Amino acid sequence: MGVNLAVRVRTRLSPQFRLDVDFDAAPGVTIVFGESGSGKSTLLRCVAGLTQPDEGLIRLGDRTLFDASTGVTVAPARRRIGFVFQHLALFPHLTAADNIAYGMARLPPAERRDRTAAIAKSFRIGHLLERRPGEISGGERQRVGVARSLVTDPEILLLDEPLSALDHHTQSRIIADLRQWNDARRIPILYVTHSQREVFALGERALVLQDGVIIADGTPHQVMEMPSHEHVAQLAGFENLLDTVVVTRRPEAGVMVCRLAGTSVDLETPLADVEQGRAVRVAIRAGDILIGIERPHGLSARNIVPATIASLARQGAVMRVEASLGVPLEVHVTPAASEELGLRAGLAVWLVIKTRSCRPMTAI
Amino acid sequence: MDWTAIVLSLRLAALVSAALLVIGLPIAYWLTFSSSRWRFLFESVVALPLVLPPTVLGFYLLVALGSRSPVGRAWTAWTGHGLAFTFEALVIASILYSLPFGVQPVAASFAQIDRSLLDASAILGAGRLRTFWRIILPLSLNGIMASAVLTFAHTLGEFGVVLMVGGNLPGITRTVSIAIYDEVQSFNLAAAHQTAVVLLVFSFAALSIVYALLRKPWAVAPWA
Repeated sequence: MGVNLAVRVRTRLSPQFRLDVDFDAAPGVTIVFGESGSGKSTLLRCVAGLTQPDEGLIRLGDRTLFDASTGVTVAPARRRIGFVFQHLALFPHLTAADNIAYGMARLPPAERRDRTAAIAKSFRIGHLLERRPGEISGGERQRVGVARSLVTDPEILLLDEPLSALDHHTQSRIIADLRQWNDARRIPILYVTHSQREVFALGERALVLQDGVIIADGTPHQVMEMPSHEHVAQLAGFENLLDTVVVTRRPEAGVMVCRLAGTSVDLETPLADVEQGRAVRVAIRAGDILIGIERPHGLSARNIVPATIASLARQGAVMRVEASLGVPLEVHVTPAASEELGLRAGLAVWLVIKTRSCRPMTAI
Repeated sequence: MDWTAIVLSLRLAALVSAALLVIGLPIAYWLTFSSSRWRFLFESVVALPLVLPPTVLGFYLLVALGSRSPVGRAWTAWTGHGLAFTFEALVIASILYSLPFGVQPVAASFAQIDRSLLDASAILGAGRLRTFWRIILPLSLNGIMASAVLTFAHTLGEFGVVLMVGGNLPGITRTVSIAIYDEVQSFNLAAAHQTAVVLLVFSFAALSIVYALLRKPWAVAPWA
């Protein structure tokens, strides 16, 4: 049964950049989500022992891997960690089998062979064990990389954007195999990614890292669908971030009314911890806004506001509409809907936005 | 053609190449992976024979190996004869003279290895020695072979250092280049020419091997 990972580290990597995190990871997948340069990889390297933090403590169950106060630093080789590198770091001159067996040098050859064969089977790479990394596909290399890190029975698995170069289908299949593997072992897995899709596909919990600090922590749904931090909203794909001022609070109804800055347009949003008269930014997904060419009625949606279409542009299967209601707002509709409604620049329309689609950003 | 000189030169070059393989690997390893702030000083020392006139190097070696130096005295006490103007002195001098050739190509191929391979090896439980044997060495074979070939060729062609330290004793310290010089001095141009052609062809072949080896660097994996 797996153990908990506790990480509290602070380290200054450059005068501008500092990693300062404090979290525990239970067995299961914890996603570390953030842009490149947010400190995700550095965090993994600290846990693996490849980078030494300035201060802090890293514990795995009752084992101390790093403790700045007592000067304990366990070498990477002794941490019992599995690490899948961003570019895999497969040894190019060794076959897949030798790559996988590399971490089992202390085991007798027969056991090494058996374990290699077993893990290769569960990751569907049994047929290419005698090939070198240069002779197999990207997805297969990924599987070899994952198998190599797991075959040593690590107590924790660290994955640094391991699937970012693969197509969605291959990603999903590897993720499914990884999930299945971990169902039996239940070790903590830290999975670094900058892909929203992977956050939902894999995570039981997501941490969002920005500028070396954790700015959000929760289930993927909490973090990505109801972000309270503006930066998380941007990462999670909220196209519209609107400056507003709270005009009325109605705690009994669980809502408040916010006026778009520089306009007389009011939006009803879920109640947030912001005083009346204070500024608050509201995030809205472009796909959560409906367009009507007549004023709709008989709808449950609370926000029905007039606007003018400023421009339209087709992007793949999405028509991006820029609507103006004093401030620009991005709206996504299907090209078919756009055609049926006869949307064009200059057309006066009505925008329909549900209260729950408006998310006030309250965290700093 | 002076076969004695050619054989002596080949023997010297082979010994020096072998010795530099042993000495060059750890030096190259240290120069590549050390984070010491004084590394640049060692890099300069290793590269010194490239820029020093061979006579300068030869002169200091002669002083260092001479009968009044600690090294020379220790040698005399041990073997019963002096070190200067012997084949052993030639070997020592040639090792120092060819040091950059024994170290730099190796260090360059060490440096080309993707550091994440070394991180991966460490995380998979390997110590430094195992990482060196299983990962660094196999991925640097071309650089190491290039280094050995260059050392061999460079030792064959040396002149100034050999003359300063070894003199011109047939069968003991008279190498190909000194033999050629001798022939020219005594207007034996045909003989000089014959020996010179051998050296020319050999050097060209050696360089071709080196460039052919280095053309396709192993250590840079195309999928990395």
